Amino acid sequence: MSGAVAAAGYATGVGEGGPASKRIIVGYGFWIFLLSDIVMFSALFAAYSVLSGATAGGPAPRQIVNLDTVALETGCLLASSFAGGMASLAVARRSALWTQVALLVTGLLGLAFLLQELREFVGLINRGDGPDRSAFLSAFFTLVGCHGLHVTAGLLWLGTMMAQVLAKGFRRDVLHRLLCFTLFWHALDIIWVAIFTMVYLIGATS
Amino acid sequence: MSAETVFDDTPTGLDSAPGDESGEGLARGVWGYLLGLVLAIGLTAASFWAAQTHLIYAPAVPVALVTLAIAQMGIHLVFFLHITTAPDNTNNVLALAFGVLIVCLVVFGSLWIMDHLNHNMMPMNALMNMQR
Repeated sequence: MSGAVAAAGYATGVGEGGPASKRIIVGYGFWIFLLSDIVMFSALFAAYSVLSGATAGGPAPRQIVNLDTVALETGCLLASSFAGGMASLAVARRSALWTQVALLVTGLLGLAFLLQELREFVGLINRGDGPDRSAFLSAFFTLVGCHGLHVTAGLLWLGTMMAQVLAKGFRRDVLHRLLCFTLFWHALDIIWVAIFTMVYLIGATS
Repeated sequence: MSAETVFDDTPTGLDSAPGDESGEGLARGVWGYLLGLVLAIGLTAASFWAAQTHLIYAPAVPVALVTLAIAQMGIHLVFFLHITTAPDNTNNVLALAFGVLIVCLVVFGSLWIMDHLNHNMMPMNALMNMQR
């Protein structure tokens, strides 16, 4: 197909080739959304950096960090991202079975990440170190919690995509949504890299 | 699969959507993700090691951690999101560059300004005394 189209002199988005294909427009638009989401996170990161010293007599970053939990969370999310990549390969091969298997593994690993994060949050709140304790903890819960909310939304989206692949098959619009979902999931892992570095690792050393 | 199934308009021209598979065979695709995974695990392990070791000069540890994080983000972008420097990715890279610019302005700008504000602010107890 690729060769035939190229031979016909068709070039997407360039001069007389006409507008780019729907898939490229969807993917590019979603890429712009992801970048704006990252810009939003950058404001939360800036707030956290500014407030991380404002402990108001409460715990400092290094007193609430458990690096073993963070390492486990990081492993889960990274493996989940990898499984998401396997899902997009299965989608490119139009294999419904492997798509479902890879998406299920992606979701379970994401859920494992989320449960560990929730356990960490509940532990902190039960100790009285909730978001109302200090400006540092407010910024901490906002930043890490916002990422957790994104993961939660991603899991709901993932469940929806599994149902749509089952019910509608690899229809064109379903394929576009799958492309956007895998982009979203990989972007969440990039934000987590920034979180575990800035909040947890630098917090544990300072 | 039913006969009326519509197959996707897989990109063929001079642009690619971010995250699109290159269509160069399954083994190659899996190999790309595996390589990304191994590199990411290596950089993550190095980050956790750098945070806990005493072999690195202590004030340099945050710099090392930030460097490792930026390297890992690059690995994720290339191997998972398939953002490349190829001509078909120009639009994606330009959008990314703009995003990075805004992120840097927001983060470093905030830190810079707030640091100066803190520096120039009267100590809190002196401020309290004035309000009495």
